[in-house]
Amino acid sequence: MNKIQTIVKKEWAEVFKKRMVLFSVIFLPLFLSVLPLIILYSMGSMGTNSANAELPEQFQQICKTSMTAGQCMQYYIVSEFLIMFMLIPLFIPVNIASYSIVGEKTNRSLEPLLATPITTGELLTGKNLASVIPAILATWIGFGIFAIGSLIITGGGVLAAALLDPMWLIAIFLAGPLMAVLSVNFSIMVSSRVNDPRVAEQLSAVIILPLMAVFFGQIAGLFILNSTLILIMCIILLVVDVLMVYLAVRLFQRENILTRWK
Amino acid sequence: MIRTENLSKKFDATLAVDSLTLQVNEGEVFGFLGPNGAGKTTTVRMLTSLIGPTSGSAIVNGFSVGKQDTEIRRTVGILTETPGMYDNLSAEFNLEIYANLYEVKDPKGQVEKYLRMLGLWDRRQDEAGTFSKGMKQKLAVARSLLHEPRLLFLDEPTAALDPEASHLVHDFIAELRKEGRTIFLCTHNLDEADRLCDRIGVFKTHLLVVDSPTNLRSQLFGRRVVFHLLKSDETIATAIRAMPFVREAKVIENKLLVNLDEPEIHNPEIIRALVGVGADIQFVGELRHSLEDVYLQLVKNA
Repeated sequence: MNKIQTIVKKEWAEVFKKRMVLFSVIFLPLFLSVLPLIILYSMGSMGTNSANAELPEQFQQICKTSMTAGQCMQYYIVSEFLIMFMLIPLFIPVNIASYSIVGEKTNRSLEPLLATPITTGELLTGKNLASVIPAILATWIGFGIFAIGSLIITGGGVLAAALLDPMWLIAIFLAGPLMAVLSVNFSIMVSSRVNDPRVAEQLSAVIILPLMAVFFGQIAGLFILNSTLILIMCIILLVVDVLMVYLAVRLFQRENILTRWK
Repeated sequence: MIRTENLSKKFDATLAVDSLTLQVNEGEVFGFLGPNGAGKTTTVRMLTSLIGPTSGSAIVNGFSVGKQDTEIRRTVGILTETPGMYDNLSAEFNLEIYANLYEVKDPKGQVEKYLRMLGLWDRRQDEAGTFSKGMKQKLAVARSLLHEPRLLFLDEPTAALDPEASHLVHDFIAELRKEGRTIFLCTHNLDEADRLCDRIGVFKTHLLVVDSPTNLRSQLFGRRVVFHLLKSDETIATAIRAMPFVREAKVIENKLLVNLDEPEIHNPEIIRALVGVGADIQFVGELRHSLEDVYLQLVKNA
């Protein structure tokens, strides 16, 4: 077993013994998958079948012309929830990674760990993977539950097709992992600079603010998310991720961590 | 095994280690003594490539500190000041993690070997957090040996341990010594250093002295012989003090304490002199200065 695998295995063994982490990994995706399905189901039973021309312009912009007003409303509301769905790859890593360095420090296990022949790259890759993999899996499984549920509730058709359109697939399968990497490295950077896991978690949670800005921006009608916009976001995320990984490695200075942190 | 030349470490304006020049030979137990804050842990961290020196050089196991750090970390074992185990993982899993990180060929076998050797095999499935301080320290000792290093750094191995646990650790260090491993023992437990070390270095930012405990006693105080007399008074001490090879002589109750370098040669002359002044000698014996006396004298003069 190589050193990166060892770190991943160790992190998971440690971190999944913490109830809060386990709760966030299981409950958050479940909540964000089931809640839009409940809304989808309850709005569908309202039976609004009139044409969507009666709806506000904001709704019409994102709905397909073939949708009824009821389907359009369902699509609009659930679309907003899908943005919230992107909280999963941001939030889970915060829970796991914010503990990763500062936890080692409070345990006083960092010195023996750094005394092994592990390189900084191997250590941080292990810690990255330990946080990114559960976040991505939770996002994908959550989305899978939502996709299957929405197909069952809507019976396929135009609404299901709209809900599972390429924009959301790009968001979940491309933007999701990129956001997870961003979140992990941001948390590792914060975790490298503070002494308390709770402080690390609170500071790292700042990473969700840009997503909340997107959420409220769309609600306020400032912009409407589409595939192009999500792809542009992915490119920006990729650049920011590279920068974050670079900064996380730069800020992880073995000597400072051992000698200056009290 | 270890060779340093003017090794120094500065943290901002604070000089933690000043021009340390030292050689530790293969198979010896070297005690590194000094008060708190003297720079002992900083030295160990430099020699185990955990931190880099500000200036000077060091060769550890044939590898250069600052240039071949991964090789150094691969070939030395370190027992850090605090055990630093993963408290919510089992003892066995704790060691398996390190066996894998040290690329041990048979991790499970090595883990079993040391858990059995240190009497922890029956508790292998228990979380390390449930262990007593002494058991955690034993687990940390096991961790430092998994990759069979020939050079071992032990930083305060018995700090905060009760006498029984300390005794166990001392016995284990003695075993390691018998196996021919080189041990760099960083401690301020003088009794521990006296019992275990072939040579000691007294350190307070810079190295004050390096020698065997016996030689250090001898250099600083000479050797001390006690003559138990039936009756004694100051005139006896004055007569003995006048002898050219006597460093110091004093009377305490009916005992005459004489400091000198070579009692084997000069004791007969002293005995003749005592008999000459009418003293009745009951017993003669040698008193050892404690290493604490040596240490305090050196640190006081530093």
